[in-house]
Parts: sequence; structure tokens; C-alpha cells
Amino acid sequence: MTSRKTRQSYGVKSAPYGFLLPAGILFALFFALPIGYAIWLSLHKVEVKGLGLGRGARSEVWAGLANYTDAVTDSELLHGALRILGYGAIVVPVMLGLALVFALMLDADRVRLAPFTRLAIFLPYAIPGVVAAMMWGFLYLPDVSPFYFLLDKLGLPQPDLLDGGPLYGAMANIAVWGGTGFNMIVIYTALRAIPAEVYEAARLDGCSQLQIALRVKIPMVAPSLVLTAFFSIIATLQVFNEPTTLKPLTNALSTTWSPLMRVYQDAFVKGDIYSAAATAVLIAVVTLVLSFGFLRAANSRTKQEEAR
Amino acid sequence: MPFTKQHRRLVATATAVVLGASALAACGSSDDSDTQDASGPANLTYWTWTPNMDKVVDLWNKGPGKKQQIKVTVKKQASGDTLVTKILTAHKAKKAPDLVQAEYQALPTLVSNDALADISGDAGDLKGKFADGIWQQATLGTDALYAIPQDSGPMMFYYRADLFKKYGLEVPGTWDEFAETARALKKKAPDKDLTTFSANDSGLFAGLAQQAGAKWWTASGDKWKVGIDDAATKKVADFWGGLVKEGAVDNQPMYTPAWNKALNTGKQIAWVSAVWAPGTLTTAAPDTKGKWAMAPLPQWDASSNATGSWGGSSTAVTTDSKHRAAAAKFAAWLNTDKAALTALAKESGIYPAATDAQLSGAFQEPPAYFSNQADFYPQAQKIAKTTAPAAWGPNVNVAYATFKDAFAAAAKNKSDFGDALTKMQDATVADMKKQGFEVAE
Repeated sequence: MTSRKTRQSYGVKSAPYGFLLPAGILFALFFALPIGYAIWLSLHKVEVKGLGLGRGARSEVWAGLANYTDAVTDSELLHGALRILGYGAIVVPVMLGLALVFALMLDADRVRLAPFTRLAIFLPYAIPGVVAAMMWGFLYLPDVSPFYFLLDKLGLPQPDLLDGGPLYGAMANIAVWGGTGFNMIVIYTALRAIPAEVYEAARLDGCSQLQIALRVKIPMVAPSLVLTAFFSIIATLQVFNEPTTLKPLTNALSTTWSPLMRVYQDAFVKGDIYSAAATAVLIAVVTLVLSFGFLRAANSRTKQEEAR
Repeated sequence: MPFTKQHRRLVATATAVVLGASALAACGSSDDSDTQDASGPANLTYWTWTPNMDKVVDLWNKGPGKKQQIKVTVKKQASGDTLVTKILTAHKAKKAPDLVQAEYQALPTLVSNDALADISGDAGDLKGKFADGIWQQATLGTDALYAIPQDSGPMMFYYRADLFKKYGLEVPGTWDEFAETARALKKKAPDKDLTTFSANDSGLFAGLAQQAGAKWWTASGDKWKVGIDDAATKKVADFWGGLVKEGAVDNQPMYTPAWNKALNTGKQIAWVSAVWAPGTLTTAAPDTKGKWAMAPLPQWDASSNATGSWGGSSTAVTTDSKHRAAAAKFAAWLNTDKAALTALAKESGIYPAATDAQLSGAFQEPPAYFSNQADFYPQAQKIAKTTAPAAWGPNVNVAYATFKDAFAAAAKNKSDFGDALTKMQDATVADMKKQGFEVAE
């Protein structure tokens, strides 16, 4: 009797761990282990002796935080970070603003061809980033672009979109073109979930369509706005496809234009996986801090508003 | 209670990380035993990016390879730097293929990582079959032999013969005349350019520096000397920087749709390139077929006769191969046997490094694009013989990457190319020092 009882209680006690085990193993294998390996790599470096030719001339040694201090003090990496901040300052507001406007317009009463319009706005999202960047890149190149041909025929000035300030706009345009549809769908879905009686009440109170949009709809979809902003910030910090694809077309984009391009350059061109690992870890930390910092700030604001 | 739970979780994660890390560390440090197994049948793997290489290898597998029981399997790869990274990664796991294709400038990097085997004892005496400048790149100037040269890219000057005539231009024999030609064209047709200075292929600049006599990396004793900003290279950088600054040549990158169009419509009427240019021109400027001509590269002074090389690769045997002798035998056959070289030229469009193959087989007729220039290949062979020696070091990849960024910025801003060159030198030296190489100041 007693032995059975203890066995039973033991079984019950360990059951949750048994259920957790598969997830735990997967977490360790595919999440903790690679991250741990990246951190381990970032703390090492290769040391070469003499000319570095022949057997045993290279050894992997402990580097401490040297790779991190190199990355933090590297001005090119800092400039890369500033460049994507400038890029993000264009992309995030424009993309989310457009997404919100489109979603509100589609949700308004008496809108025609809504399903078609929705699909048309969403469609660019289905096009792979590299293909989109290539397509826009060709449209930006003065010698092969139909737009430039038209501008030339009309005698209008032809801006150089692949250089200086306009380059940021040109790149942001690709991201906005590709990302607006997705964000619009997220916001639109949230709009559809608002119960109809809310609108009815608003209309009975004499609200116009515009007022409903500004006073009712936007506050009610605030959580999905926060979510889309969260995704957009992460995507901006990780920008890689567009500049890498446009790079061969212009002298204005360096191989280390964005921080992730720098990681790629270190790992696969210079063959220095140790610095690449350190920079990657740094980018991950910054992304985490920025995106969760944003979430926190947004959440505390909504809570404050609820308390009022 | 919550504290202990959290604590326990932390310990578990930490243990998993440490265990994983040490397991991976153990993978990396297996012992270095001599992997030499001469006799018996051998199955070799060959990483290459050459198109249709499998067809050429079939000749071996059905002929000499069958007799010697050495079978080679081709695995198609991406070219250039990407493959170097891949070989080094595979080598870390001791799983590199038996044979690899490698560009000449990548050989020191691979040797320095102990990825390439010395096959001087296995390949036989092949020295006489190649130009000295090429052979020295495969030996790195030592007694060892790290690769067998496959193709080479002697540099030449390509120009639109019809447009040169139309604008009354002479084919430049020296770089001074080249600059004069560029200016003369600008005067006669301001919307046209002789050519462009492009920063997106470092090999072009390296070849031009090589022609001028630059020695980017030299080793003396236990120390490397980096001479990227030496007088010869500086002369080349200043020359092109001057032309870009005064607007005598264009500053836009090549290999873009815009560049193709410029060549195809005669907006750019010349191209400093290498022996493989006919292939590129065929796709970039199809409408101007038969209108181009090839001449030797302009010289720095009228009395000298040298060219650089742009591109070109070799076949190497890795230290991970268990059949080094067999692999070396195949590599020697592939790059010196007449049937193999003819097939390489025909199937893969390769310009062989082996001197006597440069006029036989596929090279008796000019390339279709240059059907108007009957002596294309005899002249190419003459030029190939004047290839200046090149001096590569263990971090060409870093120098090349810095070149692209620094010179692209300088070309865009039309600023001093000398500063860009200094940047290239500094970045290369800093990287070597960081890695622990001894660098002489």
C-alpha cells in the first residue's frame, strides 16, 4: 500500500517535467546551443604565428572581450547603425501610416471593390525581397529605367536615386512597397473585430465617419499598431536584402552599409567568424533592448490610459 | 521558492551551453595525422565552379582514371570568395573534398589555413609547361607546389575599332597615350566615355598594379611586408584617380545593366579587360559583335612589355584528402593533358594556363565575337607570355573588400585615389597584425 502510494505521488510530481522534456530538448538543441556556440565563438580568435604558413601556424585562442571592444569602438559599425536609423526613420512611420490609412479606407462604409483593392495592396508582400530590390534597382538606374526615359522626354530633371540622400528614400520605398500590405492586413483584421454596436452608438451620438475613424477606430486598434511597429522595428534593424542587392549597381553603397552586412562581410568574405559572432551577438542585444523597450513603453502608456 | 526555481533553470541552461560548447570544441581539435594512402582504388571529390566540368572529368573516368582506378566526382560550387569560405569551413571539420578549384590570390589564404597539401612530390615535373609568372603563383615562391595552374587571364585592351576610326583615335601604346585618347574623345563627343573606372572587381585593379610592377605581399624571414601603397600601385591609383577627377573617364561600376547598355550602344568605346572578355562582351554587348578589336595593354613606358592577369584559377589538393598522390595525378592530367585541355576549352570556355595549349585545339580560330581579328589567339599567347609575376598574401580577401569600399567612395566623390589606397594598405596591415602575423613596417 505505502510503496504504491509513494510511487504514485512520485509519478504525479515528475509528470510536468516529462511533458516539458520535448520542448526543453528542442529549446536546448535549436535555441540555447547555437546561441551558446555563437557566444563561445565571440570570445575567441585565431592567432597566427610568424608567416602563418604551414601546419600548426594557426591556433584558436581565448580573446576575452576583445572582439566586443573592437566592435563597439569600430566607427564603421557605428555609422552603419546610424545609417539604418535614418533608413528606419523613413520606413516605419511611412509604412505604418500608409497601412493604417489603407485599412481605415477599406473598413469605411460604402467602399467599392474592397476585396480586389485589399489583394492589390497586399500582393507586393508576396514578392521575395531580393526580387523586389532587383526590380526597383533597375527602375532606379537612369540608363535602363522607363521613368527616366519619360522624364527625359518631358525635359524634367532626373534625380540620381542611387546616391546620397535620395538613396535612403529609394531604399525605404522598396521596404514600404513590400511591407505596407502585410501591416495593412493586420490592422484591417483588428478593425473588423470591433463590434458593430460601438459604431452604432457613435453614430447615434452624431459622429461623422472621420470622427469615428479618429476617436473610435484608431484607439481600438492601438494594440495592433503597437504590434506592427514592433515587427517593423525588428525588420529595420535587420535590413540586409535590399542594400546587398542594390550594392553592385552603385558606388554609394559600401559592403558594410548595414550592421548585418558587416556581419556577413566578416564571416564570409574575411573569414573571421569570431568578430562576426561578436557583432551578431551585439546586434541581437540591441534589437532585443530596442524592440522590448518599445513594447514596454507602449504597454505602460496603454495602461495609463486605461487607468484614467 | 521562486528563487530556487529560477536558479535551477539558469543552471540547467548554463550546463547545456557549456556541454554543447565543449562538445563542439572537441570536434575542432582532432589530431593531425599524416593522411597518405597511395595504393588501391580511390574515389575523389572535386569542388569546382567551372561550367560543364563534369563532361571533362568523364573523359578521365572513362580513360586514364579507369586504368588507374581513380574515380573523380564533380560537385558544382559557387565561385571565388564563397568557395574559399566553404573550403575552410569544411577543412575545420576535416571534411574538405580531395580536390578544389581556387583562384590564384586565394592560395596563400588556403595554405595559411593548412588546407592545401604540398604536391611537389606527386605531380611530376610540370614547371616548364607554364609561364613563370603563373607557376610562381602556384608555388608561392617556395619549393613546395600547392596547386596546378588551370586557366589564366592575361590582360588586354579592347576597343571599338569602328568608333576609334570614326573619331580619329589611335590605339594607345602607353598609359599616357591612353589618357590623351580619353581626353580627345571627350572633346569630340562629350557624351561618350573611353571607358569607366569600376571599383566592383578588385581583380582589375590588382592586375593593373601587377603590370606596373607592384609587389603587394612579400615575405622575408619570419615577417610579411605589405606593399599595397608602393610606388607602382600609387602610380596606377593616381593615374585613374586623375582621369576620373577631370571627367575623362566614367566612374560608374561595371557589370550593371547600365554598363551593358553603354557598351552595347557605343557610349563607352573601350574596355581594359582580360582574355575572357569575348565571353562577357557576347552577353553584355550583343549588337556590336565584330566591331571590337583587341590590342596589348598600354605600357607604362614605351620600352617595357608587360601585362597583368585578371582572374584565373588552379586545381589544388587538400590536406584532408586520403589519396593525395591520386588526386595530384588527376590535377596534373586535367591541366596539362592535351585532350583534357581541349575539352576544357570547348566545354567550359577556359583559356588554359599551359602555354602549349594556348594555340592548339579550340584556339586555332578566333572567338566568334572577334571573327574580324584572325590572329586573336596568337596575339593573346604572345601577351600571356609577358604576364608579370604576382605577389599574393594571406589576407587578399580583406584587401579586396577594402578596395571595393574605399575606391567606390573615391570614384563616386571624385576624390584622391591615393587616400583610398592608403586605406587599403592600413586595413590590410591592421588585419594581419590582429591575426598575429609578423608584419615588417
